[in-house]
Amino acid sequence: MSPAPLLSAQGLRVGFTTEGGLLQAVDGVSFDLAAGEVLAIVGESGSGKSVTAQTIVGLTRSPNARIEGSVRLGDTELLDASETELRKVRGERIAMVFQDPMTSFNPVYRLGAQIVEAIRAHRDGVSKSEGRARAVELLDSVGIPDAERRVDDYPHEFSGGMRQRAMIAMALALEPEVLIADEPTTALDVTIQAQVLRLLESLNRERGVATILITHDLGVVAEVADRVLVMYAGRVVEEGTLDEIFYDPQHPYTWGLLGSLTRLDRPRPKRLRQISGAPPSLLSLPEGCSFRPRCPHEFAKCMEMPGLEARLADAPSHCDRCWLDPERKREKREVGGQIGLEAPA
Amino acid sequence: MTADEPLVEVTDLVKHFPIKQGILIDREVDQVRAVDGVSFSVARGQTLGLVGESGSGKSTVCRVMLQLLAPTSGSVRFEGQEIAGLSRRQLRPLRRQMQMIFQDPYASLNPRKRIGQIVGDPLKLQDVASGRELRMQVQELLERVGLSPEHYDRYPHEFSGGQRQRIGVARAIALKPKLVVADEPVSALDVSIQAQIVNLLDDLQDELGLTYVFVAHDIGVVRHISDRVAVMHDGKIVEEGTADQVCEHPRDDYTKKLLAAVPIPDPRESRARRASSSAA
Repeated sequence: MSPAPLLSAQGLRVGFTTEGGLLQAVDGVSFDLAAGEVLAIVGESGSGKSVTAQTIVGLTRSPNARIEGSVRLGDTELLDASETELRKVRGERIAMVFQDPMTSFNPVYRLGAQIVEAIRAHRDGVSKSEGRARAVELLDSVGIPDAERRVDDYPHEFSGGMRQRAMIAMALALEPEVLIADEPTTALDVTIQAQVLRLLESLNRERGVATILITHDLGVVAEVADRVLVMYAGRVVEEGTLDEIFYDPQHPYTWGLLGSLTRLDRPRPKRLRQISGAPPSLLSLPEGCSFRPRCPHEFAKCMEMPGLEARLADAPSHCDRCWLDPERKREKREVGGQIGLEAPA
Repeated sequence: MTADEPLVEVTDLVKHFPIKQGILIDREVDQVRAVDGVSFSVARGQTLGLVGESGSGKSTVCRVMLQLLAPTSGSVRFEGQEIAGLSRRQLRPLRRQMQMIFQDPYASLNPRKRIGQIVGDPLKLQDVASGRELRMQVQELLERVGLSPEHYDRYPHEFSGGQRQRIGVARAIALKPKLVVADEPVSALDVSIQAQIVNLLDDLQDELGLTYVFVAHDIGVVRHISDRVAVMHDGKIVEEGTADQVCEHPRDDYTKKLLAAVPIPDPRESRARRASSSAA
């Protein structure tokens, strides 16, 4: 890993004042994104993964938001940046792709025109025809057939998968260093999902675009990520390389996520393994470890919140928030020959 | 009626939607062949999984099967009785035998009604229970789906997606139906919550002897819950067989393509698959 990360978040905290009190959506998230790396942030709804991503590009700023910590892109501190500075960062250096390809384009303008607008907003002196030529080139590069003609289509004339590709084309228009993809394939059919994942992968490999991929689907993570952050109730509960997370997961929540997947390549189990209960309300978090109420392996020490630390001697970058002894974890996570969370007693 | 007679038998079912053009005179210029000659049967107490991509016609099949949409042609037999073409009044007593669970747990519960009312309405409308008896039955239902009787007076917005889907399940089983059609019941939920709902449906099937038609685009979930699986593409069933047959030894090219696109949540195998597919 290179010494100076491209993007670095340190102690990021995002809270929103609500009628019910302060809602701490993100509570102390730190990570480094190296150039050319794909970092996946995994978690359930409400785990704070999207708020983390949106805060990086300043989309959560509002009168009721309290944002603390630091997010640095190279030498630029993004949390203190003015709106004008941020506008230069967005699109130009960090681009974002959202979940819903239906609502991320303006339905009343032609797709090409929206891509041209994004280019011309950042590049003075690019003429409309140059912009259009670039838009065609971009649509072509993300695999839109007959791009020369389709560039003048309206968003509704594109299918869901094509719209998501067009979205990615627009995100790439200014050759950003970082691409943030927030559930980019969740609304898509599997065959289309596979195409979009291949596209993201090739962008990363061929153009070296560093990517933050936000998803709740570990299957998607296994296909593209280099490193994984697992988030739960606003905190990172485990962090490691792709293989560490899948083959030596340390946090019971990660076991639960892995165990609840249906696998086509294995004989089907009698019952799916589930994580019982529901994530806690961020307004009334349990004392100690936030996963404690759903965890079958809870013991006395769990009343104290564990720090995010490397607990394995041979893997200094593999960190987790669980008090269990690593040797005991290896026994406890084996359920019916696979990694999973056993049913609560 | 014999024991091995299927609960539902669908034969050559067709549903075409007209495409109309013109302002004063609606001329039919073309048709969308949403369902184009589909046949299948579902045995009692079993689960048929319908998988396919958006626009393959799987939701339309469900709606036509339940006579929520009138078929263009074809036959739907429920317990041996032809129900295609029956009037609303004739269908009414049959409705309690067949219920539906919907995809979107946010849109399928009326936000202005309390949970007790949402789950109790089918019982009231079909004159099964009223008053204190109704309340008791609803509270039992809530417990059965893993909610608490105290949730009776709450509103939908107070619940998470998974809990809302449990409410949808309680409403569907309230009338002790024979057939439950679940149209993408877990696709809007997080993976860990999906497992909870799938397990709940499994348990209810064992307890109540329900027959399911389970629709989803996630072939992994479909394989888990189904006895038989039918793969739909462009309004037709392209392959049908036992869940393991279809998923492990697919014969149709479209089924193969669908299976190959499902991500494998295992980095080593996923790398191996990509290496072999790029070499090919």
